[in-house]
Amino acid sequence: MAVITGSGKLELPENVVVSRLDALANWCRKNSLWPMPFATACCGIELMATGAAKHDLARFGAEVFRFSPRQCDLMIVAGRVVMKMLPVLQRIWQQMHEPKWCISMGACASTGGVFDTYAVVQGVDRFIPVDMYVPGCPPRPEQLIQAIIDLQDKIQREGTISGREFDTAARQLRKRALVEITAPLSIDASRNPVLQRELAAEALSGRS
Amino acid sequence: MSSSVAHVLAEVADHFGNLHSSEFRGQTRVVVPESQSLEVCSFLKEQGFDFLVDVSCVDYLEYRDPPMQMRSCAGRRYGLMYLLASTMTNRRLTVRVFLDDPEPTVRSVVPLWEAANWLEREVWDLFGIQFVGHPDLRRLVMPEEFSAHPLRKDYPLQGRGERHNFPVITRENS
Amino acid sequence: MVQSFATAERRLPPASDPESAARNEDYLWTLNFGPQHPATHTTLRLVLKLEGERVVDAMPEMGYLHSGFEKIGEHLTFNQYVTVTDRMNYISPMANNVAWHHAVETLLGIELTPRCKVIRTIIAELARISDHLLCNGAVGLDTGAFTFFLYGFYQREVIYDIFETLCGARFTNSYTRVGGVSQDITPLVIEQIRTFIKKFPKTLDDMERLLTRNRIFVDRTKGVGVLTRDEAIRRGATGPVARASGVPRDLRKDEPYLAYADYDFQICCATAGDCYARYLVRMQEMRESLRIVAQAVENIPAGPVNVSMDQRTSKPDKQQVYSTIEGTISHFELAMSNRGFEVPCEESYAAIEAPNGELGFYIVGDGNETAYRARCRPPSVLNFAMFPHLIRGHTLSDVVAVLGSLNVIAAELDR
Repeated sequence: MAVITGSGKLELPENVVVSRLDALANWCRKNSLWPMPFATACCGIELMATGAAKHDLARFGAEVFRFSPRQCDLMIVAGRVVMKMLPVLQRIWQQMHEPKWCISMGACASTGGVFDTYAVVQGVDRFIPVDMYVPGCPPRPEQLIQAIIDLQDKIQREGTISGREFDTAARQLRKRALVEITAPLSIDASRNPVLQRELAAEALSGRS
Repeated sequence: MSSSVAHVLAEVADHFGNLHSSEFRGQTRVVVPESQSLEVCSFLKEQGFDFLVDVSCVDYLEYRDPPMQMRSCAGRRYGLMYLLASTMTNRRLTVRVFLDDPEPTVRSVVPLWEAANWLEREVWDLFGIQFVGHPDLRRLVMPEEFSAHPLRKDYPLQGRGERHNFPVITRENS
Repeated sequence: MVQSFATAERRLPPASDPESAARNEDYLWTLNFGPQHPATHTTLRLVLKLEGERVVDAMPEMGYLHSGFEKIGEHLTFNQYVTVTDRMNYISPMANNVAWHHAVETLLGIELTPRCKVIRTIIAELARISDHLLCNGAVGLDTGAFTFFLYGFYQREVIYDIFETLCGARFTNSYTRVGGVSQDITPLVIEQIRTFIKKFPKTLDDMERLLTRNRIFVDRTKGVGVLTRDEAIRRGATGPVARASGVPRDLRKDEPYLAYADYDFQICCATAGDCYARYLVRMQEMRESLRIVAQAVENIPAGPVNVSMDQRTSKPDKQQVYSTIEGTISHFELAMSNRGFEVPCEESYAAIEAPNGELGFYIVGDGNETAYRARCRPPSVLNFAMFPHLIRGHTLSDVVAVLGSLNVIAAELDR
């Protein structure tokens, strides 16, 4: 039973732990991150190497590489994301449940890397919120492990149970496009089946 | 290796008239006009070139100092190349077909070599060359809604902004 | 209204057979496999039309990693572009470096020194071992054999250590340069390679003992995804996929490049053409590669590794740059543009036998240090295009086995 001693300090028996509920929840969350490997290119191989026997990621709790976004809480974007793949990335990000975090692994996912071309998105943080950036091309497994440890610190420091406190919107919207759009875009919207379906559905609902 | 290819080229010349050919670093190239491209290719296939290595294109829009032997079809913008090989006799041959703007068109060699199916789709996607008779000519590497042909020389390396034309998902609405 | 270009649905190609369109097809269902999926082949997409468990048709779709490599090739010099070729077949980047510079040196007409040829042969064969370990490991992983995958990955770490001692990077090495390599091979690297040669056969035996006569693995891969010899030639298959179907074509023997003509090795063929045959061909190729490395590492010729400075096509080594005036001048001139290379206004194609097949580059030169056009002939494209032909009639669980055995690397596929 807890006793308040004469000097005002709280004396606790051994089987009582006092903590903020948040800190406890964060400790559980950070030590059992389930990564969702969004491995597209070379960084994907280093991601696999990090999970393999020599640099074991399972030591840090992130053993379970689930490929279903509904079961994961950490998305590791490993590799360059091209404009054909970005909607897929966004959809998978939206399918993950809160609390969720994102590590942008490698130079290509963080800024476009070596590929400043017409097809590669210059940094996935333009379009999804990113919590941790890992530089390198590809980053060594030790760097990725360091990123996961830093992310664990971040989760411990800043988390709340609802997990909605990261304010990345301002940072995202501040980043300008590298290319100013002067000419009309070479995109023919009439050939996008999803967009056409949405427009048709809207027209139908508008009419009815 | 080039001597036996010379023999094949002599046969081709017998059937199709004098076609310009040259050699560089041990590789033989023959320039074929587009009206005869499919016939020459099927003739070569009968001669033993049963393996299509590659189909691709070069956009000569900004090419300076074109050597005369390569530009016998003077002034044409697109140089299609078919790299052929023979698995039996281990010979190689490059067939070049030169096409021009507007509407570069050539007949598809998919009936001869199925390997050309995706390779020609890629040339259509990146250069805009129409392949008549292709069973399924649509874009291969770019998204369907993309309407430019990126590997042409007048398309900029960094694109025209299509790569960033997506909605932003912020922390609040994800 | 948010404009999204999500690619959720694609038109399927028109049915080749009008009767199937007329038939009542309510019992057919469509499964979208990818572009994000557990099989370790990254971003490719398959739209499968299934009747129960049986695959009626498959429509592969690629382009989810298309980064414009060929357009970059028109803006980077030959020595800069080698960093980009690393990122093509990222399982064996050394082989891509060797292929690129082989093509560049063919165009430029440069003859390498004997030492450089042997060094490039060694690294190309180590890259082949690395690639086959991962490919077979992926086949094992996709069919459920996780231990096999981990054994393979551990051996790849040993090869990574060798590459790291050699040039500083685990993979994405960018090791070759025009006319030579970036760093010479040192005795420490040779020792590491010797150790690897001694220890690797035992691991390979262990790995074979796990899967080669494993009843489950054999049942899952034998007779699955059969590719006949004529189809292989018609569809442009090269590499282990073609050799497993009985096409005895290997550029190391047919058009010997580097130092392959000096070594005693065999090319591995099979006749069955199914996934099991491709697995066996790759396992045996690893042993043959090890033989080549064992012969090569004992007989590395002495002498300069880079083509001499008089030819002015490769940078002098740092010792000379810092200590002699000629070295400094030469380095300065080569670093400035248009002072080093003599590039003919011509075009040429050169290919090597990469672990995946025939990897070639068609380079158009225009007098500058930068290629006018650098076309990469990717073996993965033709292998992936064959996929519908291989999978028709098989079940859903065979899809991963066949996809793994084709060794389709998305970056090489899409470039």
